[in-house]
Amino acid sequence: MSKPMAIKEPFGDRVFLFCVYVFLGLILIVVLYPLIYILSSSFSSPQAVISGRVWLLPVEPSLAGYKAIFQNPSVMTGYANSLFYTFFGVLINVTLTVMLAYPLSRSTFVGRNFIMVLLIITMMFSGGLIPYYLTVKMVGILDTRWAMLLPGALAVWQVIIARTFFQSTIPKELGEAAELDGCSDLGFLWRVVLPLSKPILAVLVLMYAVGHWNAYFEALIFLKSPDLYPLQIVLRNILILNSIDASMMVDANQMAARQGLRDLLKFSLIVVATLPVLAIYPFVQKYFVQGIMIGSIKG
Amino acid sequence: MQSTGVLTANKLGQKKKSVRAKDLALRMKRHWQLYLLVFLPLVYLFIFKYIPMYGAQIAFRDFSIVRGFTGSEWVGLKHFNDFFNSPNFWMLIKNTLFISLYSLAVGFPAPIILALALNEVRSLRFKKTVQMVTFAPYFISTVVMVSMIILFLSPRLGFVDLIVRSLGMESINFMGVPGYFKSIFVLSNVWQGIGYGAVIYLAALAGINPDLYEAAKVDGASRLQKVLHIDLPGIMPAAIILLILNVGQIMNVGFEKIYLMQNPLNLSTSEVISTYVYKIGLLGANFSFSSAVDLFNSVINLILLLTVNYAARRFSDSSLW
Repeated sequence: MSKPMAIKEPFGDRVFLFCVYVFLGLILIVVLYPLIYILSSSFSSPQAVISGRVWLLPVEPSLAGYKAIFQNPSVMTGYANSLFYTFFGVLINVTLTVMLAYPLSRSTFVGRNFIMVLLIITMMFSGGLIPYYLTVKMVGILDTRWAMLLPGALAVWQVIIARTFFQSTIPKELGEAAELDGCSDLGFLWRVVLPLSKPILAVLVLMYAVGHWNAYFEALIFLKSPDLYPLQIVLRNILILNSIDASMMVDANQMAARQGLRDLLKFSLIVVATLPVLAIYPFVQKYFVQGIMIGSIKG
Repeated sequence: MQSTGVLTANKLGQKKKSVRAKDLALRMKRHWQLYLLVFLPLVYLFIFKYIPMYGAQIAFRDFSIVRGFTGSEWVGLKHFNDFFNSPNFWMLIKNTLFISLYSLAVGFPAPIILALALNEVRSLRFKKTVQMVTFAPYFISTVVMVSMIILFLSPRLGFVDLIVRSLGMESINFMGVPGYFKSIFVLSNVWQGIGYGAVIYLAALAGINPDLYEAAKVDGASRLQKVLHIDLPGIMPAAIILLILNVGQIMNVGFEKIYLMQNPLNLSTSEVISTYVYKIGLLGANFSFSSAVDLFNSVINLILLLTVNYAARRFSDSSLW
């Protein structure tokens, strides 16, 4: 209370504000604690983890869990596959999204309303899981890398976000001036629109990238070969189905130690799988917020 | 005199029309590159969105892979009848509806409350911190999320069990008790989505006219009164839109998470329509029957969406269309 206040707030308001702070403090703890618990456990020793001695900070710090991960071939394959799917998936996604969103943002584009209706229909109706699966099967990309890239090549929602952005930030006059100067539509898109649209491109890249990195449903229904599995499927097999192949247990001879390492490994795996996304998150949060905003302008 | 007037007007109209058509063609020709651009995305939409929609008709057929979507034998409502009369029907409907309504009842107000609370905070740093931390779980994948739930609740390892035991109770295998499934699902969803959900409401709150607060101050309103009479009405339009969208999804409880959370012990409360469709259809290769179940589900969703949107339009100013 060092700052002089013009008018002291009424007692009731101060009580109210106090409650608000307590409430937010509680939420902060409830959200943060599980994350800290996972992180601390992953850096503890197997014995400390199974005996439940970890509750806030790492106990008997060790890297045993991480060592086990990096000696596991299926995790490494999954990691590489996920990087592949994320990189090429995003490339395809953003390209197609711009290719559709940009013409839709031009008022001179005859047929834009028709295409918009086509898009909205796909948001309201879908053929359902089985026809979707059968279509992918008929296309002939079942159990190939294409199955992770093509069926989700475009998200209608992101098209609408991008279109809204183009419409609101690229002045119509700019397009007309370019046309008078003999600039083609493609030239205008490449030389004027895209350089002006870096924020929305960032939003698209991030939204699509997180989607690809975290996706497991497509892999679950479309992929059968283990060497194509993305990280999320590998995680599911180890973390949820509890199936760990023998190669995982490198230097554990005793049953108890084996069990301990197996449990510890789960914590380290969670960290390793989530880190790439959470590490960049603080720097890109504003772009995400922007994306949600643009999407909500015209919902 | 009059008739000639009409005639010329008619002719003029025709002329105008043909000029417009020519103009249209000219415009399309001049912007042919735009059509080149949309070609590939449209091909995508056609193959991966519209062909499956067309293929939904296998719900009314006995699908065989050899004969394709349209070649398979037409059986009408056979699969729907089978579903309505199956012993699982009521269990599936009950679980699906219960989980959705529970999610809606808890998950819809939670971000609103968070946003209202954050809006009261004067310290910008505290506000930013809470916002950033609560937004973070949104980026955790479903697989990792479910793994965390299972780890935390496991009778041997989890800290939840530590708390339970320190309170002097027997340790509980939470994931194996059917009665706990829905609460675990819904509350973990709130944990993961509350910060993301609050973003829209915070923006709506930031857009409220500051004069209103000034006026309220002059009138001697307390903080709580300002929240109730200015903030809450201010975010109503956004809230109604989101509510409509949520209700339109009521029968679509996320397959991904529920499927991962299922185990043989909790199946009686955790089996929902989408997981059933996956198991019967893809794992059991019962294509037509599960398509019928899926289609039934989508139709109910659509009806709900239209109904709620109609109601919202009748009783408030905000609606989807």
